[in-house]
Amino acid sequence: MARVKFLCDADRCIECNACVTACKNEHEVPWGINRRRVVTINDGKPGERSVSMACMHCTDAPCAAVCPVSCFYTTADGVVLHSKDLCIGCGYCFYACPFGAPQYPKVGNFGSRGKMDKCTYCAGGPEADSTPAEYAKYGANRLAEGKLPICAEMCSTKSLLAGDGAIIAEIYKERVMKRGYGSGMWGWKTAYSDSPTG
Amino acid sequence: MPSSLSILRLAVLKPSFAALALLLVFASPAAAQLSFKPTAEAVQEEKLLNALKEGDKITGRVSIPDGSAANLIQPAGRDWRDFQRSKLPWIGGIAILGMLAVLAIFLMVRGRIRVHQGFSGKTMLRFASFERFTHWLTASCFIILALSGLNVSFGRTLILPLFGPDAFATMSAWAKLAHNYLAFPFMLGLAIMFVIWIKDNIPGKLDWEWLKQGGGLLSDDKHPPAKRFNAGQKGIFWIVIIGGVLMSVSGWFLLFPYLPGDVTALQFWTVIHAVIAMLFIAAMLAHIYIGSIGMEGAFDAMGSGEVDLNWAKEHHALWVEEQQAKGGVAADTPPRAVPAE
Repeated sequence: MARVKFLCDADRCIECNACVTACKNEHEVPWGINRRRVVTINDGKPGERSVSMACMHCTDAPCAAVCPVSCFYTTADGVVLHSKDLCIGCGYCFYACPFGAPQYPKVGNFGSRGKMDKCTYCAGGPEADSTPAEYAKYGANRLAEGKLPICAEMCSTKSLLAGDGAIIAEIYKERVMKRGYGSGMWGWKTAYSDSPTG
Repeated sequence: MPSSLSILRLAVLKPSFAALALLLVFASPAAAQLSFKPTAEAVQEEKLLNALKEGDKITGRVSIPDGSAANLIQPAGRDWRDFQRSKLPWIGGIAILGMLAVLAIFLMVRGRIRVHQGFSGKTMLRFASFERFTHWLTASCFIILALSGLNVSFGRTLILPLFGPDAFATMSAWAKLAHNYLAFPFMLGLAIMFVIWIKDNIPGKLDWEWLKQGGGLLSDDKHPPAKRFNAGQKGIFWIVIIGGVLMSVSGWFLLFPYLPGDVTALQFWTVIHAVIAMLFIAAMLAHIYIGSIGMEGAFDAMGSGEVDLNWAKEHHALWVEEQQAKGGVAADTPPRAVPAE
């Protein structure tokens, strides 16, 4: 099985936010929740770069390590998913996540946290694949249909890459070789300790 | 520009060069721009990561309303994970199991602290009903808060394997609700306790004497004199007040996670909340011990509110004198013979 990952080639990202919009549309993500966002570093200064960031589906994921109810699991493809039936909305995964991926709907009297929502790599959740129940909780399951995540699929500059970690890393390295520069594989060191297979 | 001029001169000489020269002239602004190499100055993730100080994060600008989304990478999350998974179990384990061990050893070595003169059969009011209500309001909230809090830290390891994921998650969700809501009566109880008992809990010279004599923990017949609260009880009062305030402030931010706004602040408050909680629970175990099995006659103070006169004289001699002077308590009677055990 391939170990799937995301890779954002920041030298190609034009901060169009189409990945953000496509994600929201594909999964009907509720208002106020962003599974993916584009962050611009050094905005307005020379050498500014934009990075599209979502859950990186870490190796040895910190969210899974700290969850008090152990609601996370990693699929055979290396996608980190969670069960909203088990989640108690405590916020621990948000504290531990290096990428700010976990999101919570504001519910209850105090605007406290509801059940956590995050990028699923378009792979749904523990429910049976492509069922209405799965869609309602986790959104579309494109992986089950043999498709890659919508954000990367429709990226107009092919900045955001999704797929087998070894292959997308190779594509990125070829690009860097050819053009002579690259701002780095954002988040990889933190998420996978730089390991192409990890 | 001299170079352009020379090219123009060349162009007069050889028409075939003219086309090439014109191309160069028009291309030269682009070539000049390329020599700036804008990409060389571009943001590099590695440089940013290396330049990060501990607890810092790589942030930028986002065009969505959620400001916290501007945090791109916060490596401090790994430290927080390490605290939760590696350090906190040790802190909690040592504090709580250590306290239980100390209390068990103390019970075995010292035994129950008896009323040396035996029970007199006469009682006097130690805690009025409102004081007892406040105590038990706070105490019952504390116990549920402590158990539901410990469930967050240790439930996954200790209870999840017994209950299975579904039952454990359901239980934990209810525990979280209880934890969130019972925080409020707990804070109310804390505030009332502070108001009604602060006047009797100001540390004084007597407390120093009491502490120097070991508080009479070591022998039944020698108890240093104390007013309404001895130094040990004052210690518990201040542990509850200071610990309770720290728990309330840190808990408040966790209860309303959108208040501090920043993940770094939330991480800080969770660490404070967890560490203080473990120490607080350990201290309360000692309090529960000495108020129940640890000392004969002590529970009545918070049970019926009426304590035995001999117990009161042995532990709070000056307080009994005060009360007797006020005329609220029966005058001294000769002590009964000590029953043989």
